[in-house]
Amino acid sequence: MQMDNNLAHRNRTHRNRKHVLKVLHFTALFITMAIICIPGLWIVLNSFRPTVEIMAKPPVWNPTFTLEHYRAMFGGAGQGGVPVLSYFRNSLIVSVTSTAIAVLIGMSGGYAFARYRFKGKSSYFVGLMLFRAVPGVALSLPLFIVFARVGIIDTHFGLILAYVAMNVPFTIWLTDGFFRQIPKELHEAAEIDGCTRWQAFWKVEFPVAKSGVASAAIFAFLTSWNEFALASQLTRSVGSKTMPVGLLDFTAEFTINWGGMCALAVLMIIPALILTFLVQKHLISGLTFGGVKG
Amino acid sequence: MIRRRLPEWFILLLPAIIVIATVVLIPLIFSLYSSFTPYKLTRPSTLWTWIGTANYEKILSDGKFWAAFGRTVLFLTVVLNVELVLGLGIALLMNKVTWGQRTLRTIIMFPMMFSPILVGFQFKFIFNDNIGLVNNVLQSLGYNVALPWLVDGKLAMFSIMFAEVWMSTSIFAILILAGLFAMPRDPLEAAKVDGCTPWQSFRHITLPFLMPFIFIAMTIRSLDVARAYDIVQIMTGGGPARRTELLWTLMSRTGYVDARMGLANAMGYVSILLSIVFTIYFFRKLSAARAELGMAG
Repeated sequence: MQMDNNLAHRNRTHRNRKHVLKVLHFTALFITMAIICIPGLWIVLNSFRPTVEIMAKPPVWNPTFTLEHYRAMFGGAGQGGVPVLSYFRNSLIVSVTSTAIAVLIGMSGGYAFARYRFKGKSSYFVGLMLFRAVPGVALSLPLFIVFARVGIIDTHFGLILAYVAMNVPFTIWLTDGFFRQIPKELHEAAEIDGCTRWQAFWKVEFPVAKSGVASAAIFAFLTSWNEFALASQLTRSVGSKTMPVGLLDFTAEFTINWGGMCALAVLMIIPALILTFLVQKHLISGLTFGGVKG
Repeated sequence: MIRRRLPEWFILLLPAIIVIATVVLIPLIFSLYSSFTPYKLTRPSTLWTWIGTANYEKILSDGKFWAAFGRTVLFLTVVLNVELVLGLGIALLMNKVTWGQRTLRTIIMFPMMFSPILVGFQFKFIFNDNIGLVNNVLQSLGYNVALPWLVDGKLAMFSIMFAEVWMSTSIFAILILAGLFAMPRDPLEAAKVDGCTPWQSFRHITLPFLMPFIFIAMTIRSLDVARAYDIVQIMTGGGPARRTELLWTLMSRTGYVDARMGLANAMGYVSILLSIVFTIYFFRKLSAARAELGMAG
């Protein structure tokens, strides 16, 4: 009887401890998610609040809804707005083009690293990676001078070129890992069946490595879409400024148009958000396969 | 037989080499050269005056430069360690979740989509001493303070680090989580049967298995540590009174505001070296960790 009691007691404390741990776990998780979400939500929320309310002191906690900032933003330069649509278009053109080119070039490089043996392979590889590690600011100084000499400053072309070079190393890294996963027998079999190496690549190996390529593309796109240090120096006018640079238009010497900036920020995040959702699964497997097994 | 002059691998690598050579290598060579001249944007003829290592000597004897250098190293050390610990913590928390894990994972990836400059503005807004979220919340809770988050040197450094950690922890969390998913269950169960405490099995089984994943995250991060430039530039611009001046903001100030390109390029080379040291270090660690797990290829 005594022992039974003891056991029941121990069980109960055990259960209690488990319960406490569960609550702790939930709380920790909740706080983490809150810290991750609140800054972003704050931006979205403020893009729908009138400026008076954003600047209000003491703060107003129940928000009023307004589309004022969006109207000003899309209304064009006339209403003190910012030529957001041009920025959006520039960003889109530059990011999509540079991603496409970087993925093609990177894929061919990654394939070379995965499939061929040659002297000094690993030093080539690390060497390429080091170019990615060059800080954007450090590169922007000389690139600015060189581009100005060649006359491609303030053009889409110049920015695309810069972003392709920036994205190629990482694309090589990711796709290399993926091509390595594919057994060599696959393309050998295809070649025996009468495919050329080129056909074998597109018909057999590319479909298998697709998710790696997708994740590489996402990373390249996000890098170009979000890049600031280079873009701020290599672009000047409405015709070539991208959205990250456009954000600065909302700052004056002493004041910042927070509402307008938040609205542009929302516009900037949406495409990135949609894209990332679409290929979320590939993104994670791309990073891990590319890195660990590569 | 077709006449082949170049090996196939070289042809496949050629586009990458050409692009990188024209866009990165040539400007870098140019900037290396100009770091030995007193080049000023406003006076182009200064490009042809060779002054040897005077720029480097000037930098190395400059207290401001060393302060920025030390601060950058401190910043990177603190930030990377905090990101690693938090990322590990978040991954372990999420691994225990039984429902809605996909949603949580998506939320975790949220900061990865943010542009660094946007993160800068976002936290400049949130830490604003007058209308920022943090001070508003503090005041509404009854603390009658308006903490000068971005004006006081120490607080500004904290705010910048917070922004950087917010932006980059998710890379660690996601990769470590992927490692946890890939982990075989048997060793953990065997350890439990053998009477290991949870801490022991974490320390001796889970952590060693996660090491390569941690190093990938570190390597990916070390490739673009300089993203912090965007954040700092926006949030404080290196101020107040240079208290948050990092190597990168000092460089861009010297180059673009003072137009002293030669000097700025010399600083650029120091910062490039710093990045390269970080990257090589983590690449080494990564391949060592891979070899240990027999994943080398």
